[in-house]
Amino acid sequence: MASLEFGTLVADPSTVDQPFESDAPANRGRRPVRWGRGVILFLAAVYFIVPFYAAMAFSLQKPTGGFSLSPLSQIASAPGFLSALWLSTQLAVITMVGVMLLMVPTVIYVHLRMPRFRRVMEVITILPIIIPPIAYATGILESAPAWLRSSQYLLAIVYVILAMPYVYRSLDSGLGALDLKTLVEASRSLGSGWISTIWRVLVPNLRSALMSASVLTIALVFGEFTIANVDNWTTIPVWIYLAPTDNPRVNTLVAMIALLATCVVLTLIVSLDRSQSRNSRSSS
Amino acid sequence: MTVPSDVDAPTPLPGVEGATRQSGAGGVGALVRTLRTSAPVLPFLAYVVVVLGVPTAAIVNYAFRSNSGHFTWANLHTILAGGQYRAGFETSLKLAFVTAIVPGILGTFIAYALSTSEHATFKRITSATSGVLAQFGGVNLAFMFIAAFAATNGVVTEWLRPIGLDPWNHGWSLYKFWGVAFVYMYFQIPLMILIVTPAFAGLRPAWREAAENLGASRWRYWRHVGIPVLTPAILGSMFLLFGSGFSAYATAEALTAGTVAITPIQIGSILQGNVIVGQNNIAYALAFAMIVILLVTVIGYVLLRRRTSRWLR
Repeated sequence: MASLEFGTLVADPSTVDQPFESDAPANRGRRPVRWGRGVILFLAAVYFIVPFYAAMAFSLQKPTGGFSLSPLSQIASAPGFLSALWLSTQLAVITMVGVMLLMVPTVIYVHLRMPRFRRVMEVITILPIIIPPIAYATGILESAPAWLRSSQYLLAIVYVILAMPYVYRSLDSGLGALDLKTLVEASRSLGSGWISTIWRVLVPNLRSALMSASVLTIALVFGEFTIANVDNWTTIPVWIYLAPTDNPRVNTLVAMIALLATCVVLTLIVSLDRSQSRNSRSSS
Repeated sequence: MTVPSDVDAPTPLPGVEGATRQSGAGGVGALVRTLRTSAPVLPFLAYVVVVLGVPTAAIVNYAFRSNSGHFTWANLHTILAGGQYRAGFETSLKLAFVTAIVPGILGTFIAYALSTSEHATFKRITSATSGVLAQFGGVNLAFMFIAAFAATNGVVTEWLRPIGLDPWNHGWSLYKFWGVAFVYMYFQIPLMILIVTPAFAGLRPAWREAAENLGASRWRYWRHVGIPVLTPAILGSMFLLFGSGFSAYATAEALTAGTVAITPIQIGSILQGNVIVGQNNIAYALAFAMIVILLVTVIGYVLLRRRTSRWLR
């Protein structure tokens, strides 16, 4: 997958769908020319659904015609798949812990005490997107010390940087929606320390922001191809690319499942986020 | 919606507070206070400097070093003078240009069609799917298109062949420039939809009503109000698409097994050691040139963004 592609900064699902919604009432009561819109959406749907359908059909087709789900059972036994899955899982866990430990306290602190530093953080967290992953990879391979270069954990260290834009933006909007000062002062005046304030007061309030940050981080780690490939580690996307091609159907199936699962999970997160914010709005 | 839009929002009283504090408290005390306030962000800054700053500095440094370690322009000269690396750059720029313009236009229309929909679940699905395709497509898209459009056994190819539309018979190849561009559309269009949608939300109904009350037709409304207001946003989004198409590596590598000669793939093959010994610093020069082009792209985007925010917010 495309690792961090350039446009990532705009594509946080928790923020994208707001403008959609705000437009709706404007057009109500109007008599729009529906057929134009229908034709556009139909053609777009064809362009996006046909290759997807084709790939599913390709990977699930039996040589005799008809479809079968048996390729699903071949995934686990495909050579190298499980070790690639294990590597990607490890990297995802380490990256997530790393990026959260680094970002959560920092962003909370900046919101509380150094609001002017938010601009700096915004600029810093765009950098991993502006620098092309392949260019970043050359820099990493040059400047990492030899002992680290031969370790797969180098990838996790780098992925923390790549995940920062997602995590920062989720946290920033999550914190923006809280009355942070009151929460912190209440918690501190009731005698809790900083760690327990963060852990017992702020984290529960930031649940949906943290969740979308985590999902995006996992999607990133499970999708990042560029750096893993040039550093010669067989993570899931590299496995999809390099796996022995005696049965390309299995690779294609894994690729499609990865794509579909990410779409479904992100849609759920977005929906959850919406309904939660609606609840909190109606209760306040 | 975007980070840059926040960046160039008006900054209230830039530097005033900092300036008075510095001159008033007289140096050391203020410095200590500033340091104490900023201490908690130091781990973050240190991490960024070490893991992002040092490698970037290394790129710039080695782009201007000969193999013996002296300063030189030779690497940049090599890639710009001609030969395969210059050709790779030209192909990359062309690919980025094509996949910014065409998906930019198509994405604008789709975004508009989507923005007129009132179905919340539909919007949620399309926006989440756009996000996934725009960011996490990569290798998966390559495999999807190989399954659909390969010359033999491609599912869609097999559909098209009986009706005489097999693109492979008309000089098209999935693994050459136009094939790669075709696949890039699959993540560029969703990216365009994501970026440009908020601009449509910013078109105020009052403008249309005013135009209608003054007797403007639908066409005249778009010609004199809608399109002029949206143009900077659309162009700015196309700049981002350009950057995205220019820096993409995964899809092209997986699709063509590294045979299409674009800059990211050339860098990748140098890094993986498929290169004459002693040309290593060429990779840094290529990476450096890519970063420069992306910086120019981002600056273009930010400038257009500034124009956009005059009308749309």
